[in-house]
Amino acid sequence: MGLLKNTFYNIFRFYRNGFLSMPAWGRKVWLVILIKLFIMFAVLRIFFFPDILKKNFDSDRERGEHVLNELIIKPDTDD
Amino acid sequence: MIENIDLSLVDWSRGQFALTAIYHWLFVPLTLGLSLILVIMETKYVRTGSEKWKKTTKFWMKLFGINFAIGVSTGLILEFEFGTNWSNYSWFVGDIFGAPLAVEGIMAFFLESTFVAVMFFGWDKVSKRFHLASTWLVAIGANLSALWILVANAWMENPVGMVFNPDTARNEMQSFWQVLFNPVAMDKFFHTITSGFVLASFFVTGISAWFLIRNREKEMAVKSIKVAAIFGTFGSLVLIFTGDTSARTLAQVQPVKFAAMEALYEGQTDAGLTAFGILTGKDGADEDGLDEKDIIASIEIPGLLSIMTNGERDSYVAGIKDLVYGNEERGIIPVSEKIERGRLARQTLIDYREAQEMGNEAVANELGKKFGSNDFQEEYFRYFGYSYINRPADVVPDVPLIFYSFHLMVALGFLFLLLQILAWFYTARGSMENKKIFQWILLLSIPLPYLASVLGWLVTEMGRQPWIIQDLMPVGIAVSSISTSAVQTTFWLFAALFTALLIAEVSIMTRQIKIGPKIEEE
Repeated sequence: MGLLKNTFYNIFRFYRNGFLSMPAWGRKVWLVILIKLFIMFAVLRIFFFPDILKKNFDSDRERGEHVLNELIIKPDTDD
Repeated sequence: MIENIDLSLVDWSRGQFALTAIYHWLFVPLTLGLSLILVIMETKYVRTGSEKWKKTTKFWMKLFGINFAIGVSTGLILEFEFGTNWSNYSWFVGDIFGAPLAVEGIMAFFLESTFVAVMFFGWDKVSKRFHLASTWLVAIGANLSALWILVANAWMENPVGMVFNPDTARNEMQSFWQVLFNPVAMDKFFHTITSGFVLASFFVTGISAWFLIRNREKEMAVKSIKVAAIFGTFGSLVLIFTGDTSARTLAQVQPVKFAAMEALYEGQTDAGLTAFGILTGKDGADEDGLDEKDIIASIEIPGLLSIMTNGERDSYVAGIKDLVYGNEERGIIPVSEKIERGRLARQTLIDYREAQEMGNEAVANELGKKFGSNDFQEEYFRYFGYSYINRPADVVPDVPLIFYSFHLMVALGFLFLLLQILAWFYTARGSMENKKIFQWILLLSIPLPYLASVLGWLVTEMGRQPWIIQDLMPVGIAVSSISTSAVQTTFWLFAALFTALLIAEVSIMTRQIKIGPKIEEE
């Protein structure tokens, strides 16, 4: 248990020291990463990119039915 | 039928996917190749103990880090698009697409993320050998990540190892190994990663040439050029070899794309390879919509296309007309026949569904069994996508686009080999520092492998049209029923986001390059 705790603490310290001693360019890159991830997950994913099938249907059965309709009925109705 | 689908929605969705994929791909290949160049440089440091090699490695690692950090997770946007814009496709491919992507996610996370931290934070905290092992693992992890993505992409080109379930409307994986060792996947993997190796070698030689032009860090620059040139030369050779094997596989599994790459309309024995040519209109589109092109001013290597395709000069290479209208003598089925078979498969699906809805279990069971039989899958369901095709010529992609993209990519591939051999030669002879014109050529060549890489993807993806999954699903059927304006909005949002990321990468990187490794100052 003590060994495991030590290992985790060493890993934590390794990352902490790494981030603390990061040069200016590294901080800039991390800023870009955080802004990018925020835009991707907190803006684009939530407001613009819902999973259409998950959002519109409650079960896999309904999703399958919908796609079957798209595959076989939608094109026919366009004839 | 297919014309009645909202083409502006399809086109905008395609445009959006292309935009995000191309931007994502600007970051990826440098990671693939530069990680291995770092491995070579750091191995030199560990073996020699030279501080100069350590600083050289750290300099290139810094540029690798900037590219890696800014590029990482840009590919996730493609996954968002699958769920929103391509929901029919996402459902239809089932776990076949999901499984390789999940393996990729786990591998990328555990291998790359963990050991990238050791690469950057661990220089003075772990032993030399452990650090080198971490650099190796990052390189292996990055390249293996590419394998899983390319396996998924290859399945779209050559769907294998699955069976369609008519109850769930999904393709279910029957053999993971067939999906993994799909011949298209193997060719694609080696061709793609070696294109990344060549791109990275030009990145290193180009930036090193800039240092030589500026009379700075000359020792580091020449050493870096030597490593990158040797790496790039072997990379180029494998790239050309895998390009050849890829084309041979394509001739079997995507013959229309292959014929379009050569603008080969009439099938031939002793078919020549067009090294250069200009396409012109012939007689306009025929009554079936096939718009044949002539090649003028061509430089042709006699018999080479037959040899490359089948290993024999007198072998037959199918042309676009054979593939569209059929060639009984050569055993090529016409598209009209494939349309009939596809419609029969779709009608069977409709009948199965109706029988289920009406509670006619006997008929439903009988029809359901068909989907489980190899004969039905091989003879009919494999042409399912043709049921949406109106005219046989609709299965022909944009030939001029494919022809020019392919030929320009190949020409650039040979140019890369020549330039890397020259760079190796000049560094081996010790004359690189004096070759000012050549240094400028190396510097100005940095964008060329990016261009070649994008051209390669254009051939791959546009050459497959109208299919999103070869023969099974056309692009128009794959798209979700969402509003075109929503896709237009996100298209421009992505364009802005990725352009900002690219500007950030270029500006941070340029600044770090200008600072340089500062080896000479010590």
